Amino acid sequence: MSSPHHEPSSALYPPEPPLIAGHKSLGDVTREICQPLEGRPTRLWWIGFIVAASALLLGVVSVTYQIATGIGVWGLNKTVGWGFDITNFVFWVGIGHAGTLISAVLFLFRQKWRTSVNRAAEAMTLFAVMCAGIFPLIHMGRPWLAYWFAPYPNLRGPLWINFKSPLVWDFFAISTYFLVSALFWYFGLIPDLATIRDRNRRGLRTKICRALSLGWNGSARTWHRYETVYLLLAGLATPLVFSVHTIVSMDFATSVIPGWHTTIFPPYFVAGAIFSGLAMVLTLMLVARKTMRLEHYITARHVDTMCKLMLSMGCVVGLAYGTEFFIAFYSGNPYEQFVFLNRAAGPFAPAYWTMVICNVVIPQVLWLKPVRSNFAAVFVVSIFVNIGMWFERFVIIVTSLHRDYLPSSWATYFPTIIEVATLIGSFGLFFTCFLLFCRFVPVIAMAEVKGVLHAPGHRSDVAQKGEAA
Amino acid sequence: MSERTILASFADEHDALDVVRTLRAAGYRVRDVYSPHAIHGMDEALGLRPTRLTWVCFVCGAVGLFAALWLQNWANAIDWPINVGGKPWNSLPAEAPVAFEMLVLLAAFGSVLACLAVCRLYPGKRVAAAARVTDDRYAVAVDASPALPRGELRRLLSEKGAVEIVEQLSAVEEGR
Repeated sequence: MSSPHHEPSSALYPPEPPLIAGHKSLGDVTREICQPLEGRPTRLWWIGFIVAASALLLGVVSVTYQIATGIGVWGLNKTVGWGFDITNFVFWVGIGHAGTLISAVLFLFRQKWRTSVNRAAEAMTLFAVMCAGIFPLIHMGRPWLAYWFAPYPNLRGPLWINFKSPLVWDFFAISTYFLVSALFWYFGLIPDLATIRDRNRRGLRTKICRALSLGWNGSARTWHRYETVYLLLAGLATPLVFSVHTIVSMDFATSVIPGWHTTIFPPYFVAGAIFSGLAMVLTLMLVARKTMRLEHYITARHVDTMCKLMLSMGCVVGLAYGTEFFIAFYSGNPYEQFVFLNRAAGPFAPAYWTMVICNVVIPQVLWLKPVRSNFAAVFVVSIFVNIGMWFERFVIIVTSLHRDYLPSSWATYFPTIIEVATLIGSFGLFFTCFLLFCRFVPVIAMAEVKGVLHAPGHRSDVAQKGEAA
Repeated sequence: MSERTILASFADEHDALDVVRTLRAAGYRVRDVYSPHAIHGMDEALGLRPTRLTWVCFVCGAVGLFAALWLQNWANAIDWPINVGGKPWNSLPAEAPVAFEMLVLLAAFGSVLACLAVCRLYPGKRVAAAARVTDDRYAVAVDASPALPRGELRRLLSEKGAVEIVEQLSAVEEGR
């Protein structure tokens, strides 16, 4: 029995929990986000940092060794010309994509919940692209000649770079992606740097923040232009992020290798990239909210929303796996059919089924609300997706190559210890950078969180009005 | 020439927005508003015109696009033609990725640098930001020339909920 005065909408949809819990005032936001930067690091931080820095050191040693000796130290052979190195490259570029999705695409869609996670997600993008960039550099064998990639007038003719090569497109895409992401991140950081500058009057931190905050004074005229340019950057970063993994996929799709030469690759790669990146964002966020005491800023609602996004991306990826198989069968091309059967039942079948279970089967538990609100369970799922997405790239690269057209040239591939050490080293670089970021930069975009604190209909806003009255 | 400015601080963004509308309706000149975050609707309340930075973005993007197309055509079709798999030397589809990336790169950097330039933001700039406006206060800077009734202005400001009112002789830096 419902009364005629009852609002149907509120009965159908329960009120959404607030974006920021705990009835924060603006001052609370400044204090709680700046304090972890001003105090001493916690024991947990040091443990994490030592582990990450050790992994980084291992990476530095192994990279130095393989550059000094030559990339013959890898397990590659004439048939399998791409292995761990390119797998890691594609994996790390993909990780970065969720950061741009959260900072730019969700900004265009006016998703206010992104304010709590966008800063950290963008930082993750930067570090992931840094990790990614290292792999093609090593793969060149002579990384000190990497500048040959740039089109500049040279004394070799001038022999220009081949602009029709997907590897050149890749160079342009990855470097543009890194530069624009860094710019977007820094531009969003300027108001927060001014906040840190104004909190302390002395010290090195204040000096650095004074220089980097560019004399920001919060003027409405500046905010007016700033908002416009931020929107422009979001509008530019959105097609950029789709273009980057599209171009990465063209490294494969423009070749004539069965299993690579398909038109599904660009959307398939972009969906996979966002899927893996969301998993990494969730992993990092769940750790950060516990260790940095950000429970009020990264709430159950944020985790729930990101789980739903990850689930939908996982379904797209699952659909792509199915479509690939169907098209291979439907094409009538025996080489294409063989590659896919070989993936599922050949020597690399364990890698293939790890990929399917981690990326398609396990994320299905996220349909259940109790799982989405159990952070330990979400954390475990996100780790599985991270693993599964790494295996996806491995499967695409290695299984397509190792048995090509000519059975006499079939070969197998197994990574050497150096390749494994380089992969561990890239994780070391990523987590070292991320932990340093947590120490020196506000992990939550204060100016943006303050903006949504008083958003119309927000609960803390109503509460404050009630107290004032 | 030094000018008198009254700087009124507010604790709530709605109060600041409200007072700007009231003051402008009453004929006062609001020089600027300082706030810890962008306030929705403040640009209209202050009567700020839409910024022309979008045009800078467009022009920079167009320059990036056409420069990249020109370079690729000239380098690979005119200066040193390379035959890659029998494709045409000036194949437009193959030039799209690099041209697009250059469009984004130049548009992004162009609009940010132009924004910093018109806002006069540069490294090492010294500012005396109004108290706590990068933390939790909203400050409204009002022109308080002797010709205008100042007592009335102070009364109006405190009525609207100003938590602090200070008078400054030196003009607060005013953007254009």
